[in-house]
Amino acid sequence: MEEFTLPAPTKVNYLNAEYGLKSWLLTKDHKRIALLYLGSVTFFFFIGGVYAMLIRLELLTPQGDLLSSTTYNKVFTQHGIIMIFFFLIPAIPASLGNFLVPMMIGAKDLAFPRINLLSWYIYLAGGLITIYALIAGGVDTGWTFYAPYSTTFSNSYVILTGVGVFISGFSSILTGLNFIVTVHTMRAPGMTWFRMPLFIWAHYATALIMILGTPVVAITILLLAFERLTHVGIFDPAVGGDPVLFQHLFWFYSHPAVYIMVLPGMGIISELIANFSRKNIFGYSFVAFSSLAIAVFGFLVWGHHMFVSGQSVYAGMIFSFLSFAVAIPSAIKVFNWTATLYKGSISYDTPMLYALGFIGLFTIGGMTGLFLASIGLDVHVHDTYFIVAHFHYIMVGGTLLAYLGGLHYWWPKISGRMYPEGWGRFSALVVFIGFNLTFLPQFIAGYMGMPRRYHAYPPEFQVLNVLSSAGASILGVGLLIPMVYLIWSMRYGKSAEANPWHLPGLEWRTPSPPPTQNFLVTPVVTWEAYEFAPPEEMEVVGRLRRESGLDEAPIRG
Amino acid sequence: MEQQREAGTLGMWVFLVTEIMFFGGMFFAYTLYRSKYPQAFASASNHLSLPLGAINTGVLILSSFTMALAVYSAQIGKRRNLIICLVLTIILGLSFLGIKAVEYKDKYVDNLIPGRLIPGRPFNAEGVHLLPGASTQNVEMFYWIYFAMTGMHALHMVIGVGLLSVILYFAVRGRYGPEYHNPVEISGLYWHFVDIIWIFLFPLLYLLGRHLAHGG
Repeated sequence: MEEFTLPAPTKVNYLNAEYGLKSWLLTKDHKRIALLYLGSVTFFFFIGGVYAMLIRLELLTPQGDLLSSTTYNKVFTQHGIIMIFFFLIPAIPASLGNFLVPMMIGAKDLAFPRINLLSWYIYLAGGLITIYALIAGGVDTGWTFYAPYSTTFSNSYVILTGVGVFISGFSSILTGLNFIVTVHTMRAPGMTWFRMPLFIWAHYATALIMILGTPVVAITILLLAFERLTHVGIFDPAVGGDPVLFQHLFWFYSHPAVYIMVLPGMGIISELIANFSRKNIFGYSFVAFSSLAIAVFGFLVWGHHMFVSGQSVYAGMIFSFLSFAVAIPSAIKVFNWTATLYKGSISYDTPMLYALGFIGLFTIGGMTGLFLASIGLDVHVHDTYFIVAHFHYIMVGGTLLAYLGGLHYWWPKISGRMYPEGWGRFSALVVFIGFNLTFLPQFIAGYMGMPRRYHAYPPEFQVLNVLSSAGASILGVGLLIPMVYLIWSMRYGKSAEANPWHLPGLEWRTPSPPPTQNFLVTPVVTWEAYEFAPPEEMEVVGRLRRESGLDEAPIRG
Repeated sequence: MEQQREAGTLGMWVFLVTEIMFFGGMFFAYTLYRSKYPQAFASASNHLSLPLGAINTGVLILSSFTMALAVYSAQIGKRRNLIICLVLTIILGLSFLGIKAVEYKDKYVDNLIPGRLIPGRPFNAEGVHLLPGASTQNVEMFYWIYFAMTGMHALHMVIGVGLLSVILYFAVRGRYGPEYHNPVEISGLYWHFVDIIWIFLFPLLYLLGRHLAHGG
């Protein structure tokens, strides 16, 4: 059966083609750049995680005893800035996306390999400037940099942090530019638009947001920094400016940025659900176009962050309506994933556990988003822990889970080694439990009226906060376990075959780890995405899975 | 090769889209405050030098023309014409920047640099003829936006001149011909884009509201 003839592993692959620090720092190979990104986003995630731990420790008791209010302001600001700009935005596109976009469409590399490397250096430069600002004294404006506090009153390193964020924005623009041009011009023969894996569609939509949104926040932060420098400008009401203008410009990017974070995750989930159900995805074109719809609608809903900012009531009503509308493409995805599961031959490998977790948590995050899109209810829960819980369900329950699922799923391809499946399933469970214990109580606390961004709170909220802090430590352990065993597996893991999951995608038709040029011969695509063999041939898959030790019992077709 | 050419051109177009969004943020802020403070903006706008702005507009349009000729010369393989046109474009670009510098110097002399950036020369709108209802604070804001927008545009001009110098270097070494001239075309795209930004900046900053000065 042709589908399962695997390419023999090559002696020389992208990991051992060259050695030495220089071969990494000057590489133009998208796979190596992906690993550079993987390492650096993990580093920033760790820093952001330390800040999260500090927040949860402080909130263990109602009194503000561990951190002073000033320090606490800096801690939650820096948690937000690091996690959003330096982890969530680049995490999936720049690491997994960088690795997989060329492989999935059968290309040798991205369209502009040098620009790809440049983007990593820009990202690193922005990150290091930001870290320097944090060490020098930190910043306390909240990650949103709202004027006029940020332009006039804050006594912290606003300009330096702003410059860091400004610079790192260009890395995101360059990544987006590279993806768009690559998808348009580098597809292998036979790889038509509607044969592309949904991961590619999601990244294409993400890239559109990156190139359209990021420049706006870049210029906004630049104007803010100049205003702080010159004490004149356009945002501070004391000099005739309008602080609401800042909010408009800021959220014009920063709301779509939410979709930069979650769309690539949705791309991963589409892959995982279809492939671990061994079924063609239900409604391929609907899932593909819903990504584009999210990208488009995402640019029209920023005003829902500003219901209480004094924007016009009519604007608020329209933004509220459009925010409901953006739920439609998201719901299409969730329904189609669920429909794909129906009568699939589902296997519960680690990536699939993360994918199933994603569907549940993203649904909760999305549904509570509808609460917040309703103007009346939003006034009640605005700036409470309800909203903190809501966006963590999307960002952590959505993006982070998808990221971990994708990392496990493609780990054999990236590293050439299998991760320990038992530990994988165990840690996926720990993450799921820890996550829910952390953020479910915050919905309740927020609904009862506990405001966000304070280091002290009335004693009646303590039970909920202790639960949340306990959950955070479980979540922390759940995230450390994969970090340990993935690093362990790079040396001691079982060698991975070219196609350990027995799937039809292009990236599985080349050795693991792939050679530098990705494919030994340019692939010619003659099949649709997720084209699985008919049921009788599934027996073969079952046998192959048993032989490679993934399953003990035979699976039915 | 064909794939590379296509990728390069598409890449530049995508980049120009991000540039439009980048300038778009400032155009949006300009529009908002222009409609909010029409008299102050008109007063400040009237104080800008119309002749210098108009000459600069002419210079840039001419430079776009020579740039287009440069691309054409590369396509039909006339190396000498390509070099001449590139040199002319660079000279015109530098002239634009020179005239812009003169304008900036005038603002400096008139104490119209916003804020207290220049020691001993804080912003002072005494020299500006204020229309009824205009406040000096908003005049200052106009100049802030003026410097932000034209400064960012000038920065793009500097990058453009640098880019064309590189192209000129390779053109002299004979790298471009009918077979391969994509870098010339892509740089041309960028040059025309920077030009178009100015085509919008000039009427918005220099021309709008002129009639108010004459009581129209």
